[in-house]
Amino acid sequence: MARYYTDEHEWIDVEGDTATVGITDYAQGQLGDIVFVELPAVGTSVEKGKDAAVVESVKAASDVYAPIDGEVTETNDALDDDPALVNSSPEDGGWFFKLTIADTSQLEGLMDEAAYQSFVEGL
Amino acid sequence: MSETEDNAEPAKLPLDAWHRDQGARMVPFAGYEMPIQYEGIVAEHEWTRTHAGLFDVSHMGQLLVSGADAAAALEALLPGDISALKPGRLRYSLLLDDNGGILDDLMVTNVTAEGGVPTYYLVVNGATKWDDIAHLRENLPDEITLTHLADRALLAVQGPEAATALRRVFRDAMGDLRFMQGTRFDFGEIEIGISRSGYTGEDGFELSVPAEHAETIAGRLCAEIEIKPIGLGARDSLRLEAGLPLYGHDLSSETDPVSADLGFAISKRRRSEGGFPGAERILSLLASGTGTKRVGLALEGRLPAREGAPIFNGETEVGKVTSGGFAPTLGHPIAMGYVASDCANEGTALEIEVRGKRLPATVTAMPFVPHNYYRGDK
Repeated sequence: MARYYTDEHEWIDVEGDTATVGITDYAQGQLGDIVFVELPAVGTSVEKGKDAAVVESVKAASDVYAPIDGEVTETNDALDDDPALVNSSPEDGGWFFKLTIADTSQLEGLMDEAAYQSFVEGL
Repeated sequence: MSETEDNAEPAKLPLDAWHRDQGARMVPFAGYEMPIQYEGIVAEHEWTRTHAGLFDVSHMGQLLVSGADAAAALEALLPGDISALKPGRLRYSLLLDDNGGILDDLMVTNVTAEGGVPTYYLVVNGATKWDDIAHLRENLPDEITLTHLADRALLAVQGPEAATALRRVFRDAMGDLRFMQGTRFDFGEIEIGISRSGYTGEDGFELSVPAEHAETIAGRLCAEIEIKPIGLGARDSLRLEAGLPLYGHDLSSETDPVSADLGFAISKRRRSEGGFPGAERILSLLASGTGTKRVGLALEGRLPAREGAPIFNGETEVGKVTSGGFAPTLGHPIAMGYVASDCANEGTALEIEVRGKRLPATVTAMPFVPHNYYRGDK
């Protein structure tokens, strides 16, 4: 399994042709207390760089973008009951959705963990 | 004036370095870098509701209006009964334009010293203060002096334990104030103006202190076990739960005091005598009612409705949300908005549209969370 990061602070775990998507620990820290996560419906086609989910913190709504093209195959139902999982476990239990990867070449433009860490440190 | 320009570099508050030392995340607001949060909005919100929070509201404008006829001069611009306001008392009021539109909402305190020239202390919103000052300079008579106390910071200590903590710090100096009463005292060499007021719905105080001593006072207050620094994020969720309107969101020059449900700010004597800007229109709205009204809305579920979301009654759009968010004390989202008056009755079932979804919302009495003001031992 390989993990990639976007400069919009999503992470993506790739296993075969399936990817799991969430937001990074840095992103959840910036958003603050999360009270609601709106996830895409299973079967939705998402497009790299376009809105795929919405995170509502106490203060504001923020879009989450799809890191790559694909079709949503599963969403994290646990976030319905406990959206704060995104705060407590952003890069594990607080994942957002899984998708089938449409174009693996899109992964090449993403960052690995070391690159993302230095990207965040530079912000 | 440059501070109000959008592209201007945000100015620094007197406590800027102190906020950063306390771990605040700073964001631009009203022309200043302001602390939005320290440890997190929900934790800070809950701390304020159960203990006491220190809020830096130094971006707000502190003004003095003085002169022999200061009360009458203010009454020409505000609908409050300023001449009936005794020294040491404060009142919520509104700066109105000629059409009765709201230019700002503010607090007026009579700070006239015994035997002194009548003097009123105004606290106005940060985002509007330069426009307010220009409006006051233009409209106050020449004999009235307007002073902008730009060298003073404003700190609010809010929460059920605020009085206990402040009394320990200031001892008897602050006297025995009730809600909407103020005084001044010397803390060592530091002159402090204090009022029992705030904008969170909790018991609490606002302290006007010289900017050069703001760090000393803030540090001294936060050394008390009850008090932690709280950011603007929680200030907003607290004032929303308290049902208090926010200028620039729930109030604007497009809204009048009657639609805004602020009829209480138009004093009885002024209702019969008029003589404030837009009086004719406002008095007719008081008599015959308004087309829209500011209401509170309670939502089910967890998805908040934000400012600008349209409100529906069946298929008819009947209004818009002016501020909304998640209410930490209640555990569900709440909102304020203007709706057609025939939909404004408590209990009316409406819907708010959020990203194409219709969320059920019920018109609810405000405050959403009961006020906890100290009005004296009964």
